[in-house]
Amino acid sequence: MKFLSDKAMDRLREAAEIPDLTGTRYRLLGRVARGGMGVVYVAEDEKLERRVALKVLDMPGADGDLANRLVREALVLARLEHPGIVPVHDVGTLSDGRVFYTMKFVQGQRLDKYIQPSRSTTHRLRIFLRICDAVAFAHAHGVLHRDLKPANIMIGSFGEVLVMDWGLAKLLNQEVRPPSGAADPDATIFEKPVRGDDSNRSAGGSVVTGHGTVMGTPGYMSPEQARGDVEHLDARSDIFSLGALLRFLIASVSNASNPAAGKQRLDKALKAICSKATAPNPGDRYATLPEMAQDVSRYLDGLPIEAHRESFIETLTRFYRRYRFFILLIGAYLLMRVLILFFMHR
Amino acid sequence: MNEEELGTGGDRFPPTRRSVIEAVASIDAEERARALESLCAAYWKPIYKYIRLRWDRPADEAQDLTQGFFVGVLERELLEKFEPKKARLRTYLRVCVDSFVSNEDKADRRQKRGGDIPHVALDFAAAEEELGNAVMDPARIVSPESLDEFFEKEWLRSLFTLAVEDLHQLCLARGRERTFHLFEAYDLEDHDKISYDQLAKEYAISVSDVNNALAWARREFRRISLERLHELCGSEEEFQREARAAFGSHEK
Repeated sequence: MKFLSDKAMDRLREAAEIPDLTGTRYRLLGRVARGGMGVVYVAEDEKLERRVALKVLDMPGADGDLANRLVREALVLARLEHPGIVPVHDVGTLSDGRVFYTMKFVQGQRLDKYIQPSRSTTHRLRIFLRICDAVAFAHAHGVLHRDLKPANIMIGSFGEVLVMDWGLAKLLNQEVRPPSGAADPDATIFEKPVRGDDSNRSAGGSVVTGHGTVMGTPGYMSPEQARGDVEHLDARSDIFSLGALLRFLIASVSNASNPAAGKQRLDKALKAICSKATAPNPGDRYATLPEMAQDVSRYLDGLPIEAHRESFIETLTRFYRRYRFFILLIGAYLLMRVLILFFMHR
Repeated sequence: MNEEELGTGGDRFPPTRRSVIEAVASIDAEERARALESLCAAYWKPIYKYIRLRWDRPADEAQDLTQGFFVGVLERELLEKFEPKKARLRTYLRVCVDSFVSNEDKADRRQKRGGDIPHVALDFAAAEEELGNAVMDPARIVSPESLDEFFEKEWLRSLFTLAVEDLHQLCLARGRERTFHLFEAYDLEDHDKISYDQLAKEYAISVSDVNNALAWARREFRRISLERLHELCGSEEEFQREARAAFGSHEK
């Protein structure tokens, strides 16, 4: 038998990974990225003549566990109709047994690529609020994301903010039917990874267990999630991830866009929001996501925030920053009056 | 459509080949022999090359040790002692090879072996030639990680080689020789990829025929590889991980 060169090996791996779309309405156009469970391609829906993103499972799970999880992701997405959550179009099984689903093809950038040092703090915080809006919507519908991180946020070409990769989503109730005969899907999601085994880490940095399931991303997952404390996970676990994400957003603000005058306040108030959101004890965090979003909104509006008790000087500074225009206007007016009076009585 | 229909439906990969670990425990002698043959077919070359590199043995000694190792697999019932929960079969076998070579050194009882190993043609000359082709930085060769990586790569090469061979046989059996030639020309040749158009002209067929033939060959290659892989894993969990490593996690 002919020797397979390294190049041939790479080609074979690539060839075997390419989904066979025979019998479907889709035509493969190219590969986009790898997610926790599979690969995302761009394909053309030949019936509707539009581009779609097609997510295909890495391989057919012999026990169907991964396949069920991908289908569950599609079902979770399908029931979350929100402008900040990418809509699902179709779900099915390829002729080689791999499960796939198609969704809107979003052209844009991942948040971690999009955020440049020159982007202003206000711009970053507005993006953050839109992320909160989408995630809060999911929470209201009983869904936890569990893998919120910059790589899972997309900024579309029209400026839309989309929360992606719901493969680890946890359903707080079981309205989306789990696979027949399967154990509670959450019971298999949280398995401890093998220490030092890099095969457990996906391309996106998420930790993958031996079954190929993702349990979260170090640095963004809450302590209770890292412990595998599935039973006690609630919205506060996502709040932890969002706190880490907020910290990422404000960490690289350049001095040019963030004058030194405001830096002190940014450090104290925004850091306080991050600290409260990422408190090790869930009880010390914001109870709900809207509460956290409200604090960020209040910060943007120059109002006091719940997470930080400010000093008298800080209150004055904030008051000045908020009403700077009127204060300067009144100051200018008073100065003019003083000058007029001064020259009149001279 | 619900999860049940999707997750378990269709012609999902059927694990038709039993795991060698299960098969060696079978009471059926034929099944046991088949399992050992499969194991030997997939592992002899990586093991031979590993002994040559890791233990720096000359070709004749490495040949003897490779054969001796597979005799040892039978005699010492190494597969029966394997615990899938503790390690991958590949890692376990590599550790067994290390231990075997080390013990052989201590006992200094090298002897020519043969006869009792499974009926698999061990083409050591070809393996030696391949070893000459192996591109490996000599500076890295001493690190255990690089040897592990080397062993894994060679094992995967061996698996893919067997799968390509199976695919060839399948094509011959189904009268689809042209399909295999197309697959060979497009996916196995070392030169830069030729286009579907070029292949279509060369074989005087339409581009869509090339497309269909390649899609079929790749699907079958994938199926056969996964079947072989399933056979060579100790548990479903190991199979999932190995399959992801083999097909799912290469990033360019």
